Amino acid sequence: MWSLSGITTSIQNALNSAFNPTFALIVEMVIVGVCVIGLFAMLGLILVIMERKVSAYMQVRLGPNRVGPKGMLQSLADTLKLLVKEGLTPDGADKFLFNLAPFVAMIASMLLLAPIAFARDFQIWDINIGVLFISAVSSISVIGILMAGWASNNKYSLLGAMRSGAQIVSYELSAGLSVLCIVILTGSLKLSDIIQSQENGWWIFKGHIPVIIAFVIFLVAVTAETNRAPFDLAEAESELTAGFHTEYSGMKFALFFLAEYVNVFIVCGIGATLFLGGWMPLHIGNWHGFNHIMDFIPSSIWFFGKTFFLIFVIMWFRWTFPRLRIDQLLNLEWKYLLPISMLNMLLVTLMAIMGWHF
Amino acid sequence: MFLKNYIKEVFGAVKSLLTGMRRTGYYFTHHKEIITQQYPDNRDTLALPERFRGEVVMPHDEKNEHRCTGCTACELACPNGTIKVITKFDITPDGKKKKAIDKLVYHLELCTMCNLCIEACPSDAIKMAQNFEHSVYDRSQLTKVLNNPGSKIMDGVE
Repeated sequence: MWSLSGITTSIQNALNSAFNPTFALIVEMVIVGVCVIGLFAMLGLILVIMERKVSAYMQVRLGPNRVGPKGMLQSLADTLKLLVKEGLTPDGADKFLFNLAPFVAMIASMLLLAPIAFARDFQIWDINIGVLFISAVSSISVIGILMAGWASNNKYSLLGAMRSGAQIVSYELSAGLSVLCIVILTGSLKLSDIIQSQENGWWIFKGHIPVIIAFVIFLVAVTAETNRAPFDLAEAESELTAGFHTEYSGMKFALFFLAEYVNVFIVCGIGATLFLGGWMPLHIGNWHGFNHIMDFIPSSIWFFGKTFFLIFVIMWFRWTFPRLRIDQLLNLEWKYLLPISMLNMLLVTLMAIMGWHF
Repeated sequence: MFLKNYIKEVFGAVKSLLTGMRRTGYYFTHHKEIITQQYPDNRDTLALPERFRGEVVMPHDEKNEHRCTGCTACELACPNGTIKVITKFDITPDGKKKKAIDKLVYHLELCTMCNLCIEACPSDAIKMAQNFEHSVYDRSQLTKVLNNPGSKIMDGVE
């Protein structure tokens, strides 16, 4: 059957038969790099138009509907506009760091793409510490934001970056703890093992209420980590003009914008992998007939469907809830999410030891 | 009971957030609620809300009569001097002098559509019209005289 893993295997075989292994590896790396950049560009276009349409419908508006069929080419037109705009660097800015920051933000989200399984046997790098890698690398993105805020020589940028630092460092904790719940149940940090363990049902169904709580906490924490409303204090248009990217324009701004959306995609992909089974179709225990029917839907569609569902939920958060104040934000993390997720992790541990999950 | 309050707070918060999400989810799935008017396209079928305020007008009936008594309540109510009432004295058939308007001058360029003049008017002589395409090439065209030439006050309006 036609599948993504079939294509990768045939490319691998063709390259290995034509060149020596080292050169074949280099060519494969280049192909993967191009694919990742292409995926980023596509994601940017799709997620921006999706966000604008979702926000419009939630706010009883129509949204963009002029460019292309139903306005679907609006984000392409916006990208063209951003490409031809001048990328200003302010006079008092630290020029090197100012120009470096968007790329750091971008590279952090690119690195995160490595261990994600997009389909059955279709993964860039299946490392055995996948979950650890993700939680370690996702905190690098704060460096890009801090760099941008500091180098801009602008009070709004600096304030936004500082807030973002406080926010990401705090919410990393509860996101990590809720991810740990799944690691405890699975007993492995490798993403392919985690997906394989959900063959007889996704963890959100198998893990009873504690896993559902962990899932909700994960969603809240990653919304905060990606600096999206209601936790968009780093940008906070009404207080800080645009926060850390106040001074950015043109393509450098677009890179930050793109990094935000790609980060949303990645955290939703991770959420889908850990709690909703990644590319694993909806399997229910030992109902072999049902499971077999579900297997006919390609695994990539399962993965992207789940991921886009989670992205939709995060957009739903954004266009429903008002922004929190900085003290409310830190209260929510340190007084509510962290104690609850710690207690929750104890429950999950108990469940895993006693074998109470399905 | 600290712990009881804590749990109650968490549940209350989750419940209120879900209520909000239900509302936006309803709007997301019910596209008939959309209020956007695609204006230049639907210019002929444009449906404006009832309370939309475009400009102040003075309705006249078919006998070219209005209801304005010239009491200047609207002029006094206006916060930025948009309305100037120029009064004159009519001689009634039984020889008495009666106050009436000569001109009711309305400066659309100053008006903020605050509706205070309409609320101040004791005889409902003026009202808000729904048209909003006010752009003109000369500012002097924005100064309007609301009463029609040769109009007079309706019978029975004091």
